[in-house]
This record gives sequence, structure tokens and C-alpha cells, in this order.
Amino acid sequence: MSIKSKALIRAEKLLPGNQDFTSITNDIAGVPEQKRTPIQWWLLFGLSLSLLSIFVGSVGFLIWEGTGIWGINNPVFWGWAIINFVWWVGIGHAGTLISAILHLFRQNWRNAINRFAETMTLFAVICALVFPGIHVGRIWVAYWFLPLPNQMGMWPNMRSPLIWDFFAVFTYFTVSLLFWYTGLIPDLATLRDRAKGLKKKVYGFFALGWRGGNRQWQHYELAYLVLAGISTPLVLSVHSVVSSDFATSVIPGWHTTIFPPYFVAGAIYSGFGMVMTLSIIARKVYNLGHIITVEHLDKMAQIMLLTGCMVGYAYSMEFFVAWYSGNPYESFAFVNRALGPYWWGYWAMIFCNVVVPQFFWFEKYRRHIPFLFITSILVNIGMWFERFVIVVITLHRDFMPGAWAMYNPTMWDVAIYLGTFGLFFTGFLLFLRFLPMVSIAEAKLVLPESDPHHGDSHE
Amino acid sequence: MSKYGVIAKFDNPQSLVHAAEQVRNEGFTKFDCHSPFPIHGMDEAMGLKRSKLGYVIGAMGLTGALFGFGLQTWIHSIEYPMNISGKPYFAYPAYAIITFELMVLFSAFGAVFGMMFFNRIPRFHHPVFYSEKFSDVSSDAFYVSIEFDDPKYNENNVIDFLKNIGGTEIEVLTDES
Repeated sequence: MSIKSKALIRAEKLLPGNQDFTSITNDIAGVPEQKRTPIQWWLLFGLSLSLLSIFVGSVGFLIWEGTGIWGINNPVFWGWAIINFVWWVGIGHAGTLISAILHLFRQNWRNAINRFAETMTLFAVICALVFPGIHVGRIWVAYWFLPLPNQMGMWPNMRSPLIWDFFAVFTYFTVSLLFWYTGLIPDLATLRDRAKGLKKKVYGFFALGWRGGNRQWQHYELAYLVLAGISTPLVLSVHSVVSSDFATSVIPGWHTTIFPPYFVAGAIYSGFGMVMTLSIIARKVYNLGHIITVEHLDKMAQIMLLTGCMVGYAYSMEFFVAWYSGNPYESFAFVNRALGPYWWGYWAMIFCNVVVPQFFWFEKYRRHIPFLFITSILVNIGMWFERFVIVVITLHRDFMPGAWAMYNPTMWDVAIYLGTFGLFFTGFLLFLRFLPMVSIAEAKLVLPESDPHHGDSHE
Repeated sequence: MSKYGVIAKFDNPQSLVHAAEQVRNEGFTKFDCHSPFPIHGMDEAMGLKRSKLGYVIGAMGLTGALFGFGLQTWIHSIEYPMNISGKPYFAYPAYAIITFELMVLFSAFGAVFGMMFFNRIPRFHHPVFYSEKFSDVSSDAFYVSIEFDDPKYNENNVIDFLKNIGGTEIEVLTDES
């Protein structure tokens, strides 16, 4: 069998079985319409709520007591808070990549996972925004980030990457929310048309009176295309700007031009890991294996292989440039990463981000669901360690040995990090319960019947 | 009881596109083709002009960029020039990021709210919602609707015409429940 025909058969497998427009609607809309919530959902929701209460409690104590409860010290002023911020923002990026970039490339397979991934983006960015917000210490003056006229006549320093970051991440959150909601409008109309009573009113309110006429689709499709078009440079800019928080400083190990592309590749890598974890759980709990198929997981694994190799290249290039620069501080920073007191963090990163994805060269592993589940979690552990390496290992030994120190997180660092999982999963589970987790309108576009030339003779 | 128009059901995207061509050729202007998903080629079949939304988004994006650049220039050159680590007051390369972000932000608002404006939504009342069966359009049904304020509208002729071009389950939209 030639490669091409194999690929064609693959494409047909994106929606296997005898599915039609009706069955797709019933399968996807059936989940939020369930009368009885599955017991697994309640178990997960209970766990998420307990983590959320840890989050609320520990952030409350942080605001009361101050950032001294964290393990941050001099010289490691940026501890877990910034690691977690970068980690969560990075996870969000896969959502935008799937919904925007793959839409522009007309990759129809994304239609089964884009809603899912966009929702993940929204909650991941919320979790991310928490950290700079609480890291300022005096959270009640966090509005000083905004360029607001005030009685002191003070303005934010627009020449600082920290304020660029604020603008980038807030723009990213707002645009992601608009993109997500725009995609949801036709599906909300579907839920409205199938619901009764109060639910019909609520879904109907958010569906804005959508009636599926082509005079509406025409503008809708253009708006969606443009949102995809502007989200693409946006998502690349956001993590580049995050990386410039580091790269514009003079610290050896941070002051490198490779940071923007390297951060973006890592972000996409970890984000696909998270989409993989979530979709494997959701397709299992809700029996949606025929809509989110092994084919989709295989394609995500291929993207993880690509981006994993890109971060692997970046790691080796950093080492090469550190040596080639002839700068003793730069060289030391990198030797210290691999062989210094935090060597285990560096090698955990190398193992999870460089070694593990190499299995995805083989089709057998790309389609083995338990293996994918474990690796998708390892990927995110690895990407957390990457930020640990960048933030902690770089800061703890900079120029002068007299200024060196070790860094140890406290229980509050751990509690707030775990707590953000509560925030993330509470939001995500509520989404799974009340909104269609796959785009109903877009999933139908994968069916050959949706093409107006379907069944035409080719003469 | 008032009458608002006629709807007719078609089997699949293909027949809906053919129906759209025939409705347009017949000279109707106040009609629409409803489907659960956007259908490729429908704009041409209905004779719709290209959406003007792009101009709105472009104007919004330009506004955002000018606003972003202007805001930063005004803050650091005019309102409160402050020397921070020796950076120039008019550090225009450093303004690129926020200029870009605000351009994207304004364009996104332009895209979403412009789409709502052109589509005249939110609009919770529309004659097509008077039909019970029409609600299937968000799942698996394909409908053509012709509204009563079309200059060529004549109820009996429209019903016959829709029947002739293959429409089924023809229904007159009335607000009588």
C-alpha cells in the first residue's frame, strides 16, 4: 500500500463508524444534557474543590502575611511563583495553536479537540495570571500595572519587559476568551434548541439568537478566520514576551537571543502534553472514543515529537553558545546547570523533554493509550523542571560567589502550586458538565456529507 | 395572527445550495439558507457580496496600534518624562510590543463585535423561531426561509415555488401558537 493511500484511509478514520449529522449532535450535546452526572465526575470535582480550598486558604495567608512565607531569598527572588506562571501560560499555548494555527492550515482533524484545548487555554491563563498578581506582594495595588491617571502622576514604565508581559498576557486572555465564545455560539444554539425550561433560557441568552442562516455564517466565518489569523502571531508573541522577562536581563544563562523561539516551542510541547492528558481522561469518562480517536492522539504525539526535538536542539545550542562565547560566567552558568547542586533538576528535564518524546518516532507508541497518558504527564513534569532550571539554577549562582545561595521552597509554595490545579480542574470540570466539549458544528464539517459536492459525479 | 414568511426543508447541503441558486434566480432578495454548519460555496449560490467585516477589523487594528504607540509616547515623552536606567524617553523600539498587543486586542474586539453588528445579534425574536421543526436546523436540518417583506412575496406562489424546487415540510410562519 502506498503512503498516500494509507494517509487517505487515515483521514477517513477521523470519524469512524456510521456517523451522520444527527448522531454527532446527539453524542456531543448528550454529555451536557445528561440527567445523572457520572460518579467519576463527582469524584474528580470533589478532589478539585478540595484543592481549590487549599488555593484560597494559602493565597489568603500569603496576602495576609506577605511573600516572606515563600522560599524566595536573595539572590533567588523569583521562585516557584514565576516557574508556575511560565508553566501555566505555556500550557495554554497549545489551545491557541490547535484552534488558530491548525485552522489556518486547514487541518480538519483539529475539529475534534479544539474546543477542549481552547477551554484548557482559558483556565490555564487564569492560573498563570494568579502568580504575577500575588507575587507583587501588595496585591491591593496591583492595579498600578495599568496605565491609569492617578494622584501621584505615576505611569508604568513602558520600556520594561515586565509591563510588556502584563499587556501580552491580558491581551492573550481576552482574545482567547473571545475566540472561545465565538466558536461556542452555534453550539449554544444547538443546546438551546434541544433544552427546555430554564436551561433553554440560559443557553438561549448566550446563543444570542443564532439561527444558522448563511447571512450569519458569512460574517461569522470571516470573524472566525480573522481571529485565527490574529491569534497566531499573538500566541507566538506572548511566550516571546514572557521569555524577554528573562532575556533582557544581564544574568548569565538568561541573556540569550535563543529564548523566544525556545520558549514558544517548549510552550507548545507542554500544552500538547496537557491536551493529551485531558482528552484521554475525557474520552474515557464520556465514551467519546469515536469522536476523539486514536488518530487524533497519534497526530498530537507527532507534534510533541517535533516540539520536543526543538527544545532538545535549544538545550544543546545553549551549551554550544555558552562554550563558543568564551565568556566564563556564561560557561559556568551552564556547567552549573548540569553538574551543580541542582543537577537532578537539569537531568529530569533532559529525560522528560528530550528522551521521552523519542518513543514517538514509532507508531506503536503513538497509538498506545496508557503509554501516551504516562508520557503526557512526564512531558509536563519535564517542562516544569525546565522553568525550574531557568529560574532557580540560573539565579542561585550568578557572578560573585559571595552572593550565591541555595533555594528551598516552603510548604506554601507547594500549597499554592497544588491549589492552582484545583482552580484549573474546577473550571474545566464545570465546562465538561455544562458545555459541549467538542465543537458540534465543526465536527460535522469532517463528514464527507457536509461538502456540497458530495455525491457529484467527476466527469 | 400575522404571517411572516415561509420555510421549506431540504435534504442535504447539496440540495440546499441548488435551492439557494434557484431562489436567487427567481429574484427573491429577503431569503436565507439555514444549516447546522457553514456550507462551502453558499455565498456564491445566494449571490452574497463579500463580507465588509474585514474593513471594520482593519480599522480597529489600526486604531489599536496608533493608540498603543501614542499612549507610550505620550507617557514617556510628554506627560512624565522620567529617566529610568538611562533609557531614552522616546524609546520607540521598546514600544513595539505593546503597540502590537493593542493592535491585536482591538482587532479581536472588532472581529467579534463587528460580526455581531453585521449579523444583528443579539436578537432573541425572529419569525423563524415560530416554527417548531425549525429548531432541527442546529442539528441536522437544512432550511430555506423567504420573508414576507420580500418585494416578490406572495404566499401561494412562494409555497408552490418552494415545492417545485424540491422543498418539503413547507410551513407558513405565524405568531399564532
